[in-house]
Amino acid sequence: MRQTIAITLNGSPRRFDVDVRQSLMEVLREQAGTLSVKQGCGVGECGACTVLIDDAPVDSCIYLAVWADGRAVRTTEGECRDGQLSPVQQAFVEEGAVQCGICTPGFVMAATALTERRPGEPLDRDAIRRGLAGNLCRCTGYATIVTAVEKCICREEE
Amino acid sequence: MFPISDYKKATTIEEALALMAEDPGLRPIAGGTDILIKLHKGKPGYDRLVDIHDVAALSGIRLNDSGDIVIGPGTVFNQVIANELIQTHLPVLATALATIGGPQVRNMGTIGGNLCNGVPSADSAPALLVFNATVTLRSHTGVRQLLVADFFKGPGEVDLAPGELLTAITIPAADHRDHFGHYIKYAMRDAMDIATIGCAAAVAIEGDRLGDLRLAFGVAAPVPIRCPAAEAAAKGRPLDGELAERVAAAVLSDVRPRDSWRAAKDFRLQIIGELARRALRHAVMNAGGRLPCDRP
Repeated sequence: MRQTIAITLNGSPRRFDVDVRQSLMEVLREQAGTLSVKQGCGVGECGACTVLIDDAPVDSCIYLAVWADGRAVRTTEGECRDGQLSPVQQAFVEEGAVQCGICTPGFVMAATALTERRPGEPLDRDAIRRGLAGNLCRCTGYATIVTAVEKCICREEE
Repeated sequence: MFPISDYKKATTIEEALALMAEDPGLRPIAGGTDILIKLHKGKPGYDRLVDIHDVAALSGIRLNDSGDIVIGPGTVFNQVIANELIQTHLPVLATALATIGGPQVRNMGTIGGNLCNGVPSADSAPALLVFNATVTLRSHTGVRQLLVADFFKGPGEVDLAPGELLTAITIPAADHRDHFGHYIKYAMRDAMDIATIGCAAAVAIEGDRLGDLRLAFGVAAPVPIRCPAAEAAAKGRPLDGELAERVAAAVLSDVRPRDSWRAAKDFRLQIIGELARRALRHAVMNAGGRLPCDRP
């Protein structure tokens, strides 16, 4: 049950020979080498495996790899351009929104989708929390993460 | 790797129906947020799949010539929520779907899958029940349409024969035009949780009276239910402080909640009465009326 899929991974066209039983997370980690994509719960509850598919966040652990065929996939590896961190990544660094780091790539991608969706539109802390509700962090208590996203949105508005 | 033993991909409804007619043991998979989790946990009976994830004809929302809203069952929750027709004509459905999971799950899970999964806690169900929504079920040999209320057979069980596929969810024009609704989900957390109790109300008001109430609950019985006793107790009554109390009292004869690790039966009964009051009050407000609150 093998199939070739063509995806645009972080802006580059890539082809992968996949088993239809594989999750997108498995293909990204084992074949594409994008190891920022983490397996946490494996059942779509923790968000550690969050990637953007056509700019919408999904849990790649419960998304079949074959479904990504013909679509654009983004992981944190592609958010850093020309040696520059993305605004979301930079804000996470500045606010220290990281402790053990396992959940961080998923949070960065969920926050990226959240801040890109309605550029310039203000989001209060409640809206940010709702936007990140599909990601769990067991270390930070979320305050620094929410502040990082808030800061990133403020910066975009400047 | 998911323990899938058989996999066929369909790109059209006809192709899916032909595959399922040939092999009725195949189970359709759309968004995967229920089935892939069952497979991950090793639950038997989900390993032979016909993949309808990319059947374009199952996705999208439109108004038909009669003014009915027709929702493609393969439409993911976030697309339903953001859809202009839904925002304009059926905002209560958007409210209900926005309580499901988190952003990632709402980008993957489909409204049709939420119904076909058949759990009593499906957040789409109460909102569809109060608008008299129907499901269209197609097979290789025919098509039938039934009320969402008749689709649920038992916990995890729906009236879907082998070889049948849910191809449309329809909300009749008269129902979404004349009724205004509200949905409240009571859960332990505000996200990534299933409902302890879900309640939808839809009302039509006539002057200072309640012309019609429709009330539906999730997790209040083995399947999502409408509440005929509460609805009868409210019909034609004045919009006064007593109305919400009448509904909250009558609804107790409509429901059969159970004890579970999630919540005790007595607690659920308490929540059911309170959600009935609140959903009714909000629905009346959404219909342009006002229900005074008599309670302290």
